[in-house]
This record gives sequence, structure tokens and C-alpha cells, in this order.
Amino acid sequence: MYLYDAIDQSLVDQRVEQFHDQVRRRMAGELTEEQFKPLRLMNGLYLQLHAYMLRVAIPYGTMSSHQMRKLAHIARRYDKGYGHFTTRQNLQFNWPKLEEMPDILAELAEVQMHALQTSGNCIRNVTADQYAGAAADEVADPRITAEVVRQWSTLHPEFSFLPRKFKIAVTGSPRDRAAARVHDIGLIIKSDEAGAMGYQVIVGGGLGRTPMIGVTVHDFLPKRHLLSYIEAILRVYNQAGRRDNMYKARIKILVHALGAEEFIRRVNAEWEAIRDSAVDLPAGEHDRIAAFFAPPRFEPLAKHDALFARYRLEDREFAQWARTNVAPHKQPGYDIANISLKPEGGIPGDATAEQMNAVAAIAERFSFSEIRVTHEQNLVLPHVRQADLYDVWQTLRSHDLATPNLGLISDIIACPGMDYCSLANARSIPLAQDISKRFADLKQQHDIGELKVKISGCINACGHHHVGHIGLLGVDRKGEEYYQITLGGSADENTSLGEIIGPAVSYDNVVDAIETITTTYVGLRTDGESFLDTYRRVGKEPFKETLYAAH
Amino acid sequence: MPLIKSKQVVIDTWQHVDDEMALPADGGVIISLARWQAEQTVLVGRNAPLGIRLKSDEGVDTIINDLPRFGVVALEFPTFKDGRPYSTARLLRQRHHYTEELRAVGDILRDQVQFMRRCGFDAFEFADKTAAEKAIAAFDEIEAVYQTAADRRRSAAMIRNDTTNAFLNGTCG
Ligand code: HEM
Ligand code: SF4
Repeated sequence: MYLYDAIDQSLVDQRVEQFHDQVRRRMAGELTEEQFKPLRLMNGLYLQLHAYMLRVAIPYGTMSSHQMRKLAHIARRYDKGYGHFTTRQNLQFNWPKLEEMPDILAELAEVQMHALQTSGNCIRNVTADQYAGAAADEVADPRITAEVVRQWSTLHPEFSFLPRKFKIAVTGSPRDRAAARVHDIGLIIKSDEAGAMGYQVIVGGGLGRTPMIGVTVHDFLPKRHLLSYIEAILRVYNQAGRRDNMYKARIKILVHALGAEEFIRRVNAEWEAIRDSAVDLPAGEHDRIAAFFAPPRFEPLAKHDALFARYRLEDREFAQWARTNVAPHKQPGYDIANISLKPEGGIPGDATAEQMNAVAAIAERFSFSEIRVTHEQNLVLPHVRQADLYDVWQTLRSHDLATPNLGLISDIIACPGMDYCSLANARSIPLAQDISKRFADLKQQHDIGELKVKISGCINACGHHHVGHIGLLGVDRKGEEYYQITLGGSADENTSLGEIIGPAVSYDNVVDAIETITTTYVGLRTDGESFLDTYRRVGKEPFKETLYAAH
Repeated sequence: MPLIKSKQVVIDTWQHVDDEMALPADGGVIISLARWQAEQTVLVGRNAPLGIRLKSDEGVDTIINDLPRFGVVALEFPTFKDGRPYSTARLLRQRHHYTEELRAVGDILRDQVQFMRRCGFDAFEFADKTAAEKAIAAFDEIEAVYQTAADRRRSAAMIRNDTTNAFLNGTCG
């Protein structure tokens, strides 16, 4: 993991001081809420329906046991004993008090954490593949790039007041687990025939009210040019992006309005002027950062552990968990263990302080103290010996953290919706809870197989409904909660936006509708065919028929 | 209006002249781009210091050919959220080598002056004296920087790797 040096630490410490003074000025009435707003937003502090909400950055979703314990402590001491892991690999506290905010930030700074750039129209906390440094299919570790981008974007003097927020995601693997194609910039690390590293640069993806899949603006950008190239993209956007209408201000609208060709021409013209300048990292810095992400001291082990195989045979519940929640590791004898934060009837992404401490302890013992947060609102233990998986599972289970549902119908992404958010048309969390209760039967879930349900309470799409295999969007029908259903969305390497299949359905009928969809799928699939593949083969008609015939 | 230069409140020797106002007989004036374009000959013949004021959507291209004529370029922030002048400032300083006063005017927050200075602004106009005085403390709240910009500070990466900032004068980068 990256560790701060004195420079990194001084920046975060001075930032805490600065914010302390801003809060003091607000409390003393020297600043109105209006004047305070831009300042608090720069530190991840939002005003929600009921209270302030603090969004803590977990850069590219990587943290240590030590940091997780601190989050647990903050949840206990300053909040109601829990926190909420978000789709941007961050953690939100829903009930902090304004006067305690500087103390919280000071506690975070003690463990090299902060809330910088988790809100506001700046370059937001950069995200990456949660399996970085572990995935069997990885070309290069995206965390190195993500840390380079994190530093470059932190308090960037030119790009802190962009037309709109700006999100960058990095993946180093052909299987896109970071949703690179639906970010403002998606970076995919590739290697050429000679083994040199470079980036496929994708610009202008995004969800929200105008969902778009990004366009590739560079097929293979040599690694050393990364910062000058993205600085060129940002400069074009900062000058030409729309500022008259916040719904048309994202870079995707600019790319669309100019056309990809003209956009690329402008970026290249700007880049020509600054490439090979001091914007790019000086020699040595990339290597310095990369050294922090050297693999942990793995033991030399056999590819397949015999004990792991035996436990799977002997314990069916364990086998079930291992099948969904364990992913292959690049190191022989190790695997990646996913921790589901979607227990039956639970709130997607929520974890109690007690659970956070438990995860910290398990990671310390079994995963080199490393923990990841996923954009699907789960946690990951990236480096677990296969021989330890049974122990890990049992411990997780005793903390209600071993739900074997990763990628299944109850592994739902849901935005805060009407429970927390003033913009909502409808509830998201209770709907997620109802769906997971309806499909509580794990056998049925496993039979249905991979199925991603994503719920947003309004058109802002915080719940990524456009890229759900089944997407649910809350709409307001004469004051009643209705949900528009989309099918066939996906945020992986074959990104697609879901299609609306028909009129919206009322709250009371949504769960039935989903069951109709899954039953229809099960009837249509060929042997081993996933929901998404089936949908792509047969199209929406069969689903439309069963769904609307039933009503 | 109170003006800060070199972290001090100073007396402004320039006068903003609205488009409808007649030009004063002498003294430095800051005029709009529209006026500059319309009355160029008169203004050049006036034989007194000349400054220009750009709106946030008026980019550097509008003035680069005339740059040597201006003793002040004032970039307007219609609201603190409009970040275009930051890019304009860096381009003026780093790409077009403008060395005279670069002034931030309009809706400026105390907590933005650090960013502005990094982008090349060296003068800041505030609505009142108290705001101006308070802003002075904000210049040095955070010492470390991660990027190279127009202020020639060495980035964290340069300090760590002991490299100098040799390119800064050459390009906008
Ligand atoms: C009260 C709480 C919230 C409010 C008022 C809110 C508001 C918004 C708004 C207005 C947008 C659209 C921005 C745009 O189009 O540029 C947005 C986007 C987004 N929000 Fe939230 N949000 C809230 C909480 C959350 C939470 C808790 C999450 C994560 C679980 C989240 C994740 C996202 C994401 C990922 C997007 C980006 C979609 C895109 O790429 O355009 N939001 N939010
Ligand atoms: S999608 Fe809408 S309802 Fe849900 S959190 Fe975002 S703004 Fe609120």
C-alpha cells in the first residue's frame, strides 16, 4: 500500500487546520451557510435531508486494517455505530455533528486518510479495480496509476472549479471491474508487443440523466505521458464545457456536442503544447510509487490446496460461498475472498463498527492487513491462502458477513433514495430489502445465477440503474412511487445501457415483476446461459410479454 | 476596491472604466475587450497605461496579438464557481509569457486565492477591506503542492526526486 511521506502528511494536516478554521468561522456566524457550502463540499461534507453527511475518501478502494479500525472508531464515537460503503469506493457517515467535524478529519489524518475531493466540481476520488494486485487476469496493477492520478489531482490549482464533477477510473485487466466506460475518464492499462505499458484512454462516459458510453480517444498512450495527456483533456473541458446548465455540464455532453473527432483534435492540439513538459512525472517518481505496491511476501504454495478442496466437499454451505464469493488469484495457492455487505433484508453497503473491526482483524490475520472496497458496495480480502479460506469464512459468518450472494440477484446496488435524499422520487433501500427477502432462498438465487440489480431513486442515477442487468428507476406518478424497469445494462468490458421494457410499475408490484422476469429468463435460457447473455440473444419482447400480460 | 498584491493591501493605481463612461484625461485604465476592439486607435493614441478586462468566456486568443500593450490583464470571475479564468491565467503566463499584472476580479473567495496564485494571478480585488485583509492569511495555508503550475513552485515529486523545474518558462505545463 502507498504510505505517506512528510510531504503528503503535511498537506493533509494543514488541510485539517484550514477546515477547522472554516468551521469555526461558520459556528461564529462569520460565514453564512451559503458561503460555507463551497468550503465544506471541498471536504466531503454534504447537507442531507436530516443531517450533515461526511464522505470519506478511500483512494482507489484500498485500505489497511489499521485504517478500517479508525473508521470503526469514528462510526462509534461520532456517528450511530455504522457507516455506508458507496459505489465510488468511499465511506459515508450519515450523522456526524458539524462541531465535531474537524476532530473527525484530524482522526482520519492520523491514519493517512482524508475527505478531500469526495464532492464538489473537481476531480473526484479516483477509483480502480478492487482486485488490483491480486487478479489472475491482470496486465498491470492499476493502483500505481491511481496513486499518480490521486496526487496530481489533489488540490489541482486549475481544475478545482470545473463545470461539473469529474470521475476517473483505472483498470489493469481486460475484464473491466472498474466500469471504465461509464466514467468521465476511464484508463485501461495495456501492454504492447514489446511489453511496454500504455493506456487506452476513454472519455465521456457517465450515467445520470443522459447516460453515455465513453469514446476511446487514445488507443495506446505511452505510460510516461499520462499526466500531460489528462491535463490536456481537463484543460479543454474546463474551457469549453457548458456552465449554463448543470445537467449539460459533464464532459460527456461536450464530447457529444463537438463530436469525438473534433474533441480529440482539440485535446491533441493542447497536448502537443505540453507533452514532454514538467507536467509529467519526473524520472524516478513512478518507480518510487510503484515500489509501495510490490506484492506482499507470498509463500510458495501448490496451485490447488487439498484442504480447501476437502472442506468444499464436506461443507455444502462453505462450498456455496466459495463458488460465488471467491475469485482466482494470480499467486498459486491464494485466492481473493469477497465479503458481501448485502445480507438478506439488509441495507446495501452498510457495515457496523463491530463488523468493520472484525474485517480489520481477519485481514490482519489472513490477508496481509489489506482490505478493498468495491464499486458494488462490498468488501474484499485480496490475498487469502486457500488453506485459510475455511477459517475466514467461519469468522465472517459469525459477524453476518458471509452471505454467499456475490453477483447474484440479492447483491443489489441501491442509492440512498427517499430515506436520505431530498431529490428522490421513490424509496431505494426498502425495495432492495424486499427483493432480497423475496429471493431469500439461496438455492433459487444460485440457480438464477449472475444477475445484477441496480436501483436509483431518481434520474440522477446514483444507483447505476442504466447498467444493471435489471435496472429500477424511481419515478413519481401523481405522488406515488413507481419504478421504470430497464433490462440488459452492463458496466463491464462489454458495457451496454439497459432498455426500458414498458410502463413503470408501482412499488407494490415491483418485486413480483422481478420474479416474472427471472422466471421468464429461466424458461428461455440454454444450458449455462446467464441472464445477460439470454437477454442479448432473445431481446426484450419475451420479457415484455410475460410482464405486461400478467397485469 | 481593496487590492492585494504581494500579500499586502495596496493602493490601486488603475481605474476600471465602464463601456459607457468617458475615458479620463490621464492615468491607467482597465477597459473591456469589447471597448478595446471598438476603440483601439483612440486607446493606443491616448499614451497612458492600458489594462484589459476579460469575461470568463473570453479566452486568451482574443488578446494574444496585443498582449505587449497591456499593463494589466484582469480576469473576471462572474461567480466563484466559474473556473475558466484559472486556465486562461496559466495560458497567459506559461504559454504566452505574459509578465505584467494579472488580476483576479469579481466573485472571489478567500479560500481560492491559493489556487489563483498558483495559476499566475498576482493581484486580487476584493469587495471590502476586511475581506481583503482576511484573505492574506489564506495564501500560505497549505505548503505542499503536487503539480507544477505558473508559480514555479517545485512539486512534491520534484522535491522527492531532486529535479528542478526547468520547463516552466517554456510551455504551459
Ligand atoms: C443525499 C444523498 C445524495 C444526493 C442528493 C445525490 C445527488 C446526486 C446527483 C444530483 C447526481 C447527478 C450528478 C450529475 O449528473 O452530474 C448524482 C450522481 C451520482 N451519485 Fe449521488 N447523491 C447522493 C448520494 C449518493 C450515494 C450515497 C452514492 C453512492 C452509493 C451516490 C453515487 C452517485 C454516483 C455514482 C453518481 C454518478 C452517476 C454518474 O456517473 O453520472 N450518490 N448524485
Ligand atoms: S439517484 Fe436520486 S434519489 Fe438516489 S441518491 Fe441520487 S439523487 Fe438521491
